[in-house]
Amino acid sequence: MAAVKFIASEKLPEWIKALAGTRRVLVPVEEGGGVVFRPYDPARKPVFGSDATAPPKAAVFPASQELFSYAYGKDAEDPGKTTLALTPKVEAEPTVVFGAKPCGARGFLIFDPVYVGKKFPDPYYIAAREATAFVTMACAAVENTCFCHWVGSGPADTAGSDVLLTPVAGGYLAEAVSDKGAALLEGPYFADGAAKVQEAEDVKAASRAALGEAPDIADAPAALLAAFDDMDFWRDQSDKCISCGACTYLCPTCYCFSITDEGVGNTGRRLRSWDACMHFQFTLEASGHNPRPTKAHRLKNRVGHKFSYYPTLHEGLIACCGCGRCVKSCPVSVDIREIVQNAVARAKG
Amino acid sequence: MSRLEDLKARIKEALPGLECVIGWQKGYDPLHNTPLFMRSEADVDKLEWGALNVHNPAVYLPSFRGKKIGIVVKGCDSRSVVELLQEKLIDRDGVVIFGMPCDGVVDLSKIKAKLADAGLTAGKVEAVAADGKTVSVTAAGKVEAVAADGKTVSVTAAGKAVTMPFADVAADKCLHCQFPNAVLADAYVGDPIAPAPASPAGNADMAALDAMSVPERMAFWRYHMDRCIRCYACRNACPMCVCRDHCIAQSREPHWLSQEDSVTEKLMFQVVHAMHLAGRCTECGECQRACPMDIPVLALKKHLNSTIHDLFDYQAGVDPVAIPPLLQFKVEEDNIKERGW
Repeated sequence: MAAVKFIASEKLPEWIKALAGTRRVLVPVEEGGGVVFRPYDPARKPVFGSDATAPPKAAVFPASQELFSYAYGKDAEDPGKTTLALTPKVEAEPTVVFGAKPCGARGFLIFDPVYVGKKFPDPYYIAAREATAFVTMACAAVENTCFCHWVGSGPADTAGSDVLLTPVAGGYLAEAVSDKGAALLEGPYFADGAAKVQEAEDVKAASRAALGEAPDIADAPAALLAAFDDMDFWRDQSDKCISCGACTYLCPTCYCFSITDEGVGNTGRRLRSWDACMHFQFTLEASGHNPRPTKAHRLKNRVGHKFSYYPTLHEGLIACCGCGRCVKSCPVSVDIREIVQNAVARAKG
Repeated sequence: MSRLEDLKARIKEALPGLECVIGWQKGYDPLHNTPLFMRSEADVDKLEWGALNVHNPAVYLPSFRGKKIGIVVKGCDSRSVVELLQEKLIDRDGVVIFGMPCDGVVDLSKIKAKLADAGLTAGKVEAVAADGKTVSVTAAGKVEAVAADGKTVSVTAAGKAVTMPFADVAADKCLHCQFPNAVLADAYVGDPIAPAPASPAGNADMAALDAMSVPERMAFWRYHMDRCIRCYACRNACPMCVCRDHCIAQSREPHWLSQEDSVTEKLMFQVVHAMHLAGRCTECGECQRACPMDIPVLALKKHLNSTIHDLFDYQAGVDPVAIPPLLQFKVEEDNIKERGW
């Protein structure tokens, strides 16, 4: 039986502080007009009500990380020969991401099959993933851009979380989802939560109900493939797109990266940094050829990857957690929900 | 016939000879309008006009070069069209400009802040009404009552309307707008309106920055740039950022910027962007509006524009035949007394 506990609102800061004593704790805080995850600072009040502007993706998959440093040298025995020393840098700080919405944690379920695969396990990702736990907070309110219920998730989804907190009167019900999570629910901050379970279930059910019915997008994989060569369709979907990277960089499930060497003289660092498939350079080949030369090609790939190619490769798992950031933060309000529905409608004729 | 209907009729008349006409339509919720690309009469019927048309459609024009297209503009947007013409980045006979007098647009970040003050979320806006003087936004706050009997759930969430004076939520540029009418139009519907009176309100951001010491200002920028995600929405929303796919931000040769996730790199890009826009920027504010992280990047361009104004007595995007000061050379500048130094 998983642990179910209750923590009063006034005890929450004590718990976070205790967690922060032995590990990095990232909490959502206001910064300018945005809400971002930052290391816990008792002087800054975390923002738990609404979803953060940027998801906690960087906790496991930093915007830019050093893979290794390199140094060229001369072979003492044979000065004509160049030596190369590589120093890998696999670092993973024990981390708790505290107060993300369930969708933010679910994003990593889409990363996992790619980075923890048998063929090419990624040591950097695996180390960070294992070192990170997610204490998420079920949504008590939903936004117009929320569509987690379209993609097999919901406002109280536990998939990807280690602890799920649900706001109830006077505090939060805390449910351990994993062993990693159960270990976090220790300390004098908690009371037994059994009496609050029904109230928490009602909160979850209310949020789910507030989302309404999801449309049937079961045919989306086939519909998007069928639209692959219909460039008039993709022109219409992408007309207003300005090809920036806001949707991809703010997406909890977008996992593509670029690799660059940042060197000075004989030494340097190899960096892995977020890439964005909406940028022209994403598929630009060394020859100068670009298989996705226009924004229509690129948007087709973004939507197709999430709702067709990826689910087809990974047992139907949609590569989208429905957080709605791509809709909400898009400078021109491109709506991925509308595009998927348009593709499904197109296939129906 | 209302002005908007009149405008739609004019667009429908011109549509057969055009690739498309760019305007605005309703977006995914009542708070958001979104750019509209009209290719059929049915598309034209979706056209909206009003305070939610925050986007500058001129950004799309260079990508249609070689085709003939139409564009609906607010006064500020028309300045971008003119600047593009001045720089020969678009062709005059390739664009048909439709204009109407503009009463100003909102700043969605300001509305978001107002709603937050009232305990509501901009993420759940149910209705928006604007009458030119006030903006009234109805948004759901927290779910107020829940009843569950195991089979069905009934939810009661009362919408609450918050009414805000327009001046409180208008985009800064609208507070002192000198160009509420298109500066250049092929079809203008309605009677031109008077510019807004000069007001310091629209430049409160500059006043605040100017009052800072240099270290304070640096700290200000480091604080704000720290949350930049390098999505380049600021660049791609800018009608004058025409390098597009060949921007120095992403090129490896030349290698001006590294991929390191540091404030220095992020700020460096903003400085490059601002320098490239000196005397070209019309202060449409799209860079700042587009920023998903709400970073106040327009101030950098405003500062350079004010310097350009002082040095060259020049404003971008007003006169289609004027040559921007940094795109020409004069042996002896009027306000730069090189020999007098």
